[in-house]
Amino acid sequence: MLAWFTVILVCQLIGESIVTALHLPFPGPVLGMVALFGVLVAKRGVPGDLARVGDTLLANLSLLFVPAGVGVMAHFVLLKNDWAPLGAAIIGSTVITVAVTALAMAWLSRMTSGGKGDGEASGGGEGA
Amino acid sequence: MPQTLPGLGDLHDIWVYLAASPLLHLTLTLVAYQAGTWVYRRTGNNPLANPVLIAVVALVGLLLATGTDYATYFAGAQFVHFLLGPATVALAIPLYRQFAHVRRSGVAILASIVAGSITAALSAAGIAWALGASASSVISIAPKSVTAPVAMGISQRLGGLPSLTAALVILTGITGAMLGPLVLNLIRVRDWRARGLAMGTAAHGIGTARALQVNEVAGAFAGLAMGLNALATAILLPIVWRLFF
Repeated sequence: MLAWFTVILVCQLIGESIVTALHLPFPGPVLGMVALFGVLVAKRGVPGDLARVGDTLLANLSLLFVPAGVGVMAHFVLLKNDWAPLGAAIIGSTVITVAVTALAMAWLSRMTSGGKGDGEASGGGEGA
Repeated sequence: MPQTLPGLGDLHDIWVYLAASPLLHLTLTLVAYQAGTWVYRRTGNNPLANPVLIAVVALVGLLLATGTDYATYFAGAQFVHFLLGPATVALAIPLYRQFAHVRRSGVAILASIVAGSITAALSAAGIAWALGASASSVISIAPKSVTAPVAMGISQRLGGLPSLTAALVILTGITGAMLGPLVLNLIRVRDWRARGLAMGTAAHGIGTARALQVNEVAGAFAGLAMGLNALATAILLPIVWRLFF
């Protein structure tokens, strides 16, 4: 387990280093994700110990945003000036973006895969 | 009577000691999140009972009540915050498991994310502008759907306030995790790939976290969308911005 956590950290370190060195408009950890993906392709599968580390982290992904969420408190003053237009923009734009992205994907994947494809197979579940 | 129970003075000493150590705020973060998760479960995983929102509201209330500043809180909470990086790297795992799905619909994925990226920026800036927000607020909200470090960079480049952008990004993530599933049900999109892609594009990591809890296909697509939307918005927004403003 510790070995695979180390591999994850090494991937992140590689990602952060490349992003910093090349001034890429990209978060280091996302490039680290690409690096770990490369490891999985080389391994031809997800080793059990890595799955345990990764799935534990991802099962609690929401928790990891709590400190940043509390940080919004530090910006109350900044938000105070334009709170109404900013609040309306967040809600309105988020609803529109979810709808546009989902409808585009549903429509385009139907177009490109020609009729009922894997989307329905994987999407047969309850719309929760 | 031997002194076995601590007196008021001792309690004060204990408080002073704990308030200065990272243990207290680290523990409070975990306790608040578990309380949030408990409520979320009790409501049958209703997206409106978002555990992040519940934990944040509880913690902000507590910090304000005890007069604790954010720097003191973060000294403890940073250990949780640090794990965001490794968790983002670990998104490669669901992506690898679902890669057959991804490869089959590569073009559709890219086109949908580009559409979502432009929609997110223009609708956010447009609504804020129409309702009379200041110029710097309009710029700061444009990259609100992108993961925080990239959004702050874009905001800075266009002349916004990066710290305001960071706050708006978090609020957008929580809003997306709460309203996204309801919108998707309303427009009757049941394809897990489309649902995940929409959550990751509109609400970055917080939307991805919600998608992962519901379905692994959705989680994999959300994580992919979060990464690609960061790239798409970083490249496209400065170009689109010059066309419109």
